[in-house]
Amino acid sequence: MISFILNNKIIHTLTNPATPLLDFIRYESNLKGTKIGCREGDCGACTILVGEIINDKLSYRSVTSCLFPLANAVGKHIVTIEGINREGALNPIQEAMSNQNATQCGFCTVGFVMSLTGYALNKKGHEKEEAIASIDGNICRCTGYKSIEKAAGDIVNHCNAFAEGSKIERAIACGAVPAYFQGIEDTLKELTNTKEDIEANGWTIGGGTDLYVQKHDELLDVKNEFISQQLVHEPIKITDSGIELDGRCTVTQFVNEPLIMEHFPCVKGLGVLVSSTPIRNMATLAGNLVNASPIGDMSILFLALNASIELTSAQGIRSVSLSQFYQGYKKLDKTKEEILTKILIPKRATLGSVNFEKVSKRTWLDIASVNSAFWIELDGNNIKEARISAGGVGPTPAILTQTSTFLKGKNISSQTISEACEMAQNEVSPISDARGTVEYKKLLLSQLIKAHFLELFGIV
Amino acid sequence: MISNIDTYSHVRGESIYLDDIPLQVGTLFAKVFDSTVAHAHIKHLDISKAKNYPGVRAVIIHSDITGENQIGGIIPDEPLLAENMVDFIGMPIAIVVAENEHIAKKALKLIEIEYEPLPIIVDPREAHRQGKYLSTPRHFNLGDTEIAWSNCAHIFEGKAESGGQEHLYIETQGAYAVPGENGFIKVYSSTQGPTAVQKTVSRVLGKPMHQVEVDTTRLGGGFGGKEDQASTWGAMCAVAAHITKSPVKYSLDRMEDMRMTGKRHPYSSDYKIGLDKDLNIIAYEAQYYQNGGAAADLSPAILERTLFHATNTYNIPNVKTSAYPCKTNLPPNTAFRGFGGPQGMFVIETAIVQAAEALGIEPHVIQHKNLLKTGDEFPYGQKVVSEAIECWTEAETQFNFQEKIKSIEAFNNKNQLIKKGYAIMPICFGISFTKTMLNQARSLVHVYTDGSVLITTGAVEMGQGVNTKMVQVAAKTLGIDESFVKINSTNTFRIANTSPTAASATADLNGKAVEIACNKIKERLLISAAEDLGVSESDIAFVKNEIYINGEKSKLSWKDLIFSTYAKRVSLSEHAHYTPPDIHFDTNTEKGHPFAYHVFGTSIFEITLDCIRGRYTVDSAQVIHDAGQTMNEKIDLGQCEGALVQGMGWMTMEELIYDKEGRLRSNALSTYKVPDIYSVPKDLDIRFLKTEKTNLAILQSKAVGEPPLMYGIGAYFAIRNAIKAFNPKALVPFDAPATHEKILLALYGKYGEI
Repeated sequence: MISFILNNKIIHTLTNPATPLLDFIRYESNLKGTKIGCREGDCGACTILVGEIINDKLSYRSVTSCLFPLANAVGKHIVTIEGINREGALNPIQEAMSNQNATQCGFCTVGFVMSLTGYALNKKGHEKEEAIASIDGNICRCTGYKSIEKAAGDIVNHCNAFAEGSKIERAIACGAVPAYFQGIEDTLKELTNTKEDIEANGWTIGGGTDLYVQKHDELLDVKNEFISQQLVHEPIKITDSGIELDGRCTVTQFVNEPLIMEHFPCVKGLGVLVSSTPIRNMATLAGNLVNASPIGDMSILFLALNASIELTSAQGIRSVSLSQFYQGYKKLDKTKEEILTKILIPKRATLGSVNFEKVSKRTWLDIASVNSAFWIELDGNNIKEARISAGGVGPTPAILTQTSTFLKGKNISSQTISEACEMAQNEVSPISDARGTVEYKKLLLSQLIKAHFLELFGIV
Repeated sequence: MISNIDTYSHVRGESIYLDDIPLQVGTLFAKVFDSTVAHAHIKHLDISKAKNYPGVRAVIIHSDITGENQIGGIIPDEPLLAENMVDFIGMPIAIVVAENEHIAKKALKLIEIEYEPLPIIVDPREAHRQGKYLSTPRHFNLGDTEIAWSNCAHIFEGKAESGGQEHLYIETQGAYAVPGENGFIKVYSSTQGPTAVQKTVSRVLGKPMHQVEVDTTRLGGGFGGKEDQASTWGAMCAVAAHITKSPVKYSLDRMEDMRMTGKRHPYSSDYKIGLDKDLNIIAYEAQYYQNGGAAADLSPAILERTLFHATNTYNIPNVKTSAYPCKTNLPPNTAFRGFGGPQGMFVIETAIVQAAEALGIEPHVIQHKNLLKTGDEFPYGQKVVSEAIECWTEAETQFNFQEKIKSIEAFNNKNQLIKKGYAIMPICFGISFTKTMLNQARSLVHVYTDGSVLITTGAVEMGQGVNTKMVQVAAKTLGIDESFVKINSTNTFRIANTSPTAASATADLNGKAVEIACNKIKERLLISAAEDLGVSESDIAFVKNEIYINGEKSKLSWKDLIFSTYAKRVSLSEHAHYTPPDIHFDTNTEKGHPFAYHVFGTSIFEITLDCIRGRYTVDSAQVIHDAGQTMNEKIDLGQCEGALVQGMGWMTMEELIYDKEGRLRSNALSTYKVPDIYSVPKDLDIRFLKTEKTNLAILQSKAVGEPPLMYGIGAYFAIRNAIKAFNPKALVPFDAPATHEKILLALYGKYGEI
């Protein structure tokens, strides 16, 4: 039995827990405002809000319901458009969209409204960019977005006038969500869920953002283990040996963590290049690493940081260097039973400078053609140690070992850069696919290496 | 001016699309078993295991079809279900009908098939070499290019490629068929052409059209993709419903839709352009190889429009163009906003840019010099009423074009690794169906005794705001508030023989039909009011729900008048027909007057290119657009902005990649990228040309659906301009879209250097 609140109603359901929440909403609850566009988290038409109690406080995030397992709704407040509609009138977010003619065919519109409601519930600053960022995962094929941008501007201005109280109180006061949201925290706390012991014979599902793209049908036929049903409360810790990340830490939690920003300022830029807000709100770091995509953005970053991982099973816990973890295309040093529970960034990593680069067909909300991260520690003008990782140029995300070794002891000069680029060419073996030809990927790798030096040292 | 009437329900998620229609008890779900090879004989097909799978009600193959296994609209060359051959990957072979989708998907995997492969053609030029055409090639001629070449001071030749484009309507294709009594069937369809669906269903079921009702409330986007190709799914559901005697629904998932449906046609073209010493273009020749896919679909009509727009907005006295509808083993390509026009325009713009680069001048000098003037003749014989120069001049002045060029030059002199580029893209687009027959529409208007008005037309609402415009026309004509008027779903039982919602002409044709119907009712109401008020009809006016006598409000309101007229047993309903005057075209001579009018405009693009990473941002797109006297500025502006961005997507990031096996490799949203909110021009400034000229548009408000898409071509040339600023020697093939890959390879001379 899965129990949660759907809008203002408590739900207890025996439906298959692997069912995408989208299908539960549309076909079992008959709430048709949430639309199906792509079922791969790439259009945002099915965006909804998920509220849960973290550190004793109710907090909301936007997610694409096509990739969100029903199982993960447990103990949460699920909000669809029907849960924010007023009787016979528009709320200020809907009114802004309406006033700016920000809807044409209307099929994507609800997704935008929900993302913007997510903005109103999480608002940090006063700038329009924050509202625009909240809709970075919503595709509209009709409007050309300018009217939506204007609506977002109006919403920001409206919300800026409400500064009193908690985030939820402000969202209620500004009219973005109805008054019943006030009582949700208490109701959620009262909601009890008994975890059933199931003999899992299927998949281990974290955020589900890749599994649900590939296998949403197959997942229904097996018993899966859902290991990320709640957000981790303190996913990032500083220890004597470095930074310790819980595997279930979401990408959003990671990129928003002040501690991470402080040591690795490039993570801010990286964050906006990794998929979209609703996906980052679900996707876990462990999921990205275990998925073993040759172009996984997080894998690339952690490789350059010389991270290691902790694998846990009934047999115990063992530690593996991330660079040794990838053994071949989607082949891992990991048994089926083992779960990636922790990622450890060594202290040494915080002493150097880091840069991350990614070029894809579309700059935002896309998968890289080639991505690369660069970690470097200097001794005067000489390179004490450096590590370049690259994705999209081989069967696994990998460190360019020869190039990294070559850089050691060299001074930073155009000649060093150009030699490094040349050397890198010889240790990669990209394939031609929908994200680019071999020739392009090789050239792009060189350019990204140049970009690393340009960003960190202003030299190419 | 009212906003789109659907806005309220859209922002609340209460608008009803195909997948939201409440289902009847017993509804079954269909899934298609489609070909995995692009060209083959079917050696063996075994559906028995799938048929016996629990929960499966039927597995339908071609021999189960009771009528004709044929869905080709223009040419009967496309079976609904493959018989003994498959011609493209994604070609439907069988329909599985089951109690739910999950069962249907499982049963698909139990169908066994063996193919005997045949040679695959994906390249239109290869099809041309082998003489494989979908229909007859077409040739347009004006003047004599042979003579003209000898008068040219400069002649340039080259090759241009433009890629296809996935429609990516966010609502995928689908239909829901519900059988009724005595062989009747009702089909809910997400279609731009309800009549096309009706005809197709009638044909495959072998029933007369009056047994088939097609109903469409609205689409979650169409863009041409649901003009002809919605019929497939309507027909499948109808066949399945007919066989199982149950309602059957099929709403495609995204990958099925991308794999099985056609897209904008890729074109490969050759051109030759000749200019005199004063830079007048005096001769132009072009050959277009259209990649039509495996069946004709709408390709012959699209091919024709390429020829109509071959010279874009330029006056060229000697023109010789040929277009070849090449048959390949891809899904049949189909209508997409612009309908072949954009592909033709890309080639002439390419020719001009090539000429300008070779002559060491800016392309806009040639463009400007050759703009159409009123009275100039198109290669198809029609004389133009032009706004080309007006739009261009206004764009240059209002957007300070000369200063922009200077500041771009200064920026480029200062920066080595970042370069700016710019381009001007003027457009001219003819409005009317080029198939003259289709230029007709009907409306049905009822006034109820409480004064409320219900209208039905042949127009389909797909976000473009046509329903809102219909309401505006009725309200304005009857002198009542828009809130008194409701528009009904588009339905083949209320309006027969509709033309598809296409060619940008839908508001014009249906709007005029609404205007005629309302005027007829109004005539009768005037007589009735004159009787009631004891004054002459000419003294009466209907204003804001009230009846006025010589400018003074009378005691009679609209509501009173309606009931009084009903009481006199006068009809309060009207069915009207409209067809625009003076439209004709002779395909024997390829001359005539195919268009009611033309729409003009000029866009200016500025981009900034990161020459290290090979990616760019679009800084601005500034447009002067000829909307006539727009009847709804909000809607028309939205159409312009959306079309421009869609055109930009086609020219920049949207890349359909088919491999040699005819397999679509960019077959999902993860690999096929359309513009997101960060990709659009930072500054998108669209202004309407102020004009008082009369035209044949509804309420003088010119058609706006397709023309602005072609502004997007400017983005391509602006990017090219920036590449050249970084590496003047770089060879940059005229090969759209300008993806990040092609940009980077060009920046670093990978296509060669001069």
